[in-house]
Amino acid sequence: MRWMWIDRVLELVPRQKLVAIKHVSLAEEHLHDHFAATPGRDALPVMPASLIIEGCAQTAGILVGHAEDFREKVILAKVGKFEISRDAFPGQTLRYTATIQQMDKVGAATTTAIELMDHTAAGAPSIAAIGRIDLIFSHLDNNMSGEKFPEHNFVFGEGFKTLLRSSGVAGTW
Amino acid sequence: MTRDEIFSKVRDVLVDALAVDEEDVKPQSRLTTDLGAESIDFLDIVFKLEQQFGFKIAQGELFPENVAQDPEYVKDGKVTPKGITALKARLPHADFSKFEADPQIAKVAEVFTVDALVTFVERKLAAK
Repeated sequence: MRWMWIDRVLELVPRQKLVAIKHVSLAEEHLHDHFAATPGRDALPVMPASLIIEGCAQTAGILVGHAEDFREKVILAKVGKFEISRDAFPGQTLRYTATIQQMDKVGAATTTAIELMDHTAAGAPSIAAIGRIDLIFSHLDNNMSGEKFPEHNFVFGEGFKTLLRSSGVAGTW
Repeated sequence: MTRDEIFSKVRDVLVDALAVDEEDVKPQSRLTTDLGAESIDFLDIVFKLEQQFGFKIAQGELFPENVAQDPEYVKDGKVTPKGITALKARLPHADFSKFEADPQIAKVAEVFTVDALVTFVERKLAAK
């Protein structure tokens, strides 16, 4: 599936909260370059922070899109504060909890908490809060410049719908 | 709340939204030219002012929308006298005196100074 940086939606409270997870896998090719071994330093495969931001944007973006039944073209317009304190390694799971702080016709302000689930042989994973990000989304058709865009909703394509369906989120979109 | 107190809170909002230094935010600073605000920052500022002061700002109440699309208001890249009258009525917190001398639509955002935001908040709080 194209450019999906979350694997499953765990919980959706319409217009309020969406929880999604991303499993970090050594099968992902970019981890082999991020960071590759160099003379004098071993390889260090960790999830790139830029893709964590993208995963958070998808989590929060789906929440904002779902609020209006995916009629709006919801685009990430601004990355506010982003804090992250730990790396995510292969075999660990990132959990993103996005909440809508404010929303109106023009767009929405969201905050996403980032947690790291570390799986253990004993059973339940340990969970640690490792960061947060503030993201602003714009409803493209209500942009301040009045510019027009194609009618077709090119933001929420089949990839997102498949993700929601496979996560068991019911809808008519 | 005094005007100074409002200024201090508006400054906090702008430091947060635009990642500028506190000392760069002066009453006469223009949001775009001096503080680097882009169009999406205006939405961010609206949201943050709502949170900071506890009131709701309607679409188009603080910053104008779709002015450039109205042929009665804009002609040959300049805002017409009729357009300026309409803008003044819709945005009483902004000072259009400098803009009127050279009313290029591309420069309309320059009327949004820190002072205009403080006046806007002052009026909103007084009307509460």
